[in-house]
Amino acid sequence: MILKAEKISKEFPRQMKNANRFTAVQETDFRLNPGELVIIMGRSGSGKSTLLNMFAGLLQPTAGKIFLDDKSLYDLEDQELSKLRNQHIGMIPQGQTALYSLTMLENICLPYTLYGEEPHEADACALLDRLEISHLRNAMPSELSGGELRRMAIARAMMKKPGILLADEPTSDLDDETTKIVFSFLKESAHNGTAVLIVTHENDAKNYADRSFRMNAGMLCQD
Amino acid sequence: MRLSKSLPFRNLAGKPIRTAILILLTALLSLTVFGGTLMITSLKTGLHSLEDRLGADIMVVPYEATTKANLENIVLQGNTGYFYMDTARLEKIQSREGIGQISAQFYLASANSGCCTIPVQIIGYDPDTDFTISPWIKKSYRNTLQKYDIVVGNDLNAFVGDTLKFYGVECHVAAKLDKTGTSFDTTVFTNADTIKALIQSSLDLHLNTFQNIDPDKVVSCVLINADEEHTPEEIVNDINLHVKKVKAIQTKEMISGVSDSLAGVSNVISILIIAVWLLGIMILLLAFTMSVNERKKEFAVLRVLGASRKKLAGIVMQEACITAFSGSTGGICIGLLIMIPFNNLIEEQLHLPFLLPDVSQLIVYIISAVILSVLTGMISASVSAFRISRIDTGLILRGDN
Repeated sequence: MILKAEKISKEFPRQMKNANRFTAVQETDFRLNPGELVIIMGRSGSGKSTLLNMFAGLLQPTAGKIFLDDKSLYDLEDQELSKLRNQHIGMIPQGQTALYSLTMLENICLPYTLYGEEPHEADACALLDRLEISHLRNAMPSELSGGELRRMAIARAMMKKPGILLADEPTSDLDDETTKIVFSFLKESAHNGTAVLIVTHENDAKNYADRSFRMNAGMLCQD
Repeated sequence: MRLSKSLPFRNLAGKPIRTAILILLTALLSLTVFGGTLMITSLKTGLHSLEDRLGADIMVVPYEATTKANLENIVLQGNTGYFYMDTARLEKIQSREGIGQISAQFYLASANSGCCTIPVQIIGYDPDTDFTISPWIKKSYRNTLQKYDIVVGNDLNAFVGDTLKFYGVECHVAAKLDKTGTSFDTTVFTNADTIKALIQSSLDLHLNTFQNIDPDKVVSCVLINADEEHTPEEIVNDINLHVKKVKAIQTKEMISGVSDSLAGVSNVISILIIAVWLLGIMILLLAFTMSVNERKKEFAVLRVLGASRKKLAGIVMQEACITAFSGSTGGICIGLLIMIPFNNLIEEQLHLPFLLPDVSQLIVYIISAVILSVLTGMISASVSAFRISRIDTGLILRGDN
């Protein structure tokens, strides 16, 4: 799948010195191709996560259009867009994002169960194996470490083998060894045909990237 | 159960204290509404039952009965007592104009001593003229009562075939009446022949406060229905004016005090229901808002995974529905556990007729209370459901870091 952004920008209402709007993402074009791993780096507050949320269909741009193949995301009704996100876009949000009333395996199977579909447990187990957390499949999130929870979020995002994978700081707070496991996995996913976009602070991420961008005060520039 | 369907259950089970508080709140709401409604209905049913049981427009009693062994205390409060007047007065009353139906009754209270099995009010009626008690007794006993046959009220601890002794006379329980929710539930009914024999026996044993009476020449009260051309008020005035030493009372007036008390109790309960309901809605609104705010991030994650705004709102509404249904079921069960076993105690404490509605009516009240509680829970949760369906996913997820 191809993710394409045309002249998108995002402004938020905020009382400033000379204006009442704040530009989080300045007008930009972007394309994410299947099988490539792209990283966006930048300081906190530079607009990276805003951009990622727009790509995920969670935040409507102030201007411009985002296409998933030939579908304009924000021209779709909410139910249609949500279903499309469920089927084709995997997202690893910032922080700990487990549902604490479900076990790790149930959390991972959520993209299926949310729509009443039968989860492919074998796929889930393979993902858990690959991320080295299969022994925790029946553990509750409250029993897991930060790194284990993050790997759970990655497995959950990959559960439906999405065409697009968007990862927001997937390795923050992780030790070097786990960071390596995560980046290797994401690279492997790209190698298998998924279009992977990672927002990160990690300089090491460049070693895995096919292309890298830098975000500075809402402006996206190729490195 | 599929996880998609059980997710609201799992969310609720994951936070047992919060869920228990929500269930308790809805239980309190449904208990108040169901219990209150049942109380008001039972009082109204009791009053109607009392009206039916009195069954006459007018009661005429010896004048002293209105002050001494007060008639209202006997009929309405379940106290025991008796009074008599000469049959000559019955004949005088019979001769007045406007009387459609007329029948005498005989009162006797059994003594709280060895001569009597239980201390109760005994009412005797004349089967030839009676128009109030016979139709009611016929519902439980189709045959004619023979001498020394008695029919017992529903609350008395006696059953068909038992023998009860009053003033040394053994009487056979021929039937047990249906519950009326009135003082008649603790009364024994019999025909004129039997009660005259009992009165004579009480006189013989010197256990009757009236010593110089002939049971064949006295009656306790006279019940009258007006004919079509006269109003009960006209007849009451006529009797009070022309027949000495008696007091004619309209039964409607006699139960007006009960009716007023019932209206008072009903108003208090209604106000309580409304107050608790409004307070409950506000607390539930707050509780659901807090509960959803606390889990904003979980909802944001579901949105990331592809949940539509409608689906998020649906999860909140399902949780509200489950808690409200569980709470209302619990509240109703508590209500039934209070009202059914303790309905006699409630009747005694309120000093008002109290008759629980029949099973079919009770089922209607139960279903209505459940529907009302679930609706209230869902209305309270709808604000939170709407808010959660409008969440800014990006902002919530970023707020974590």
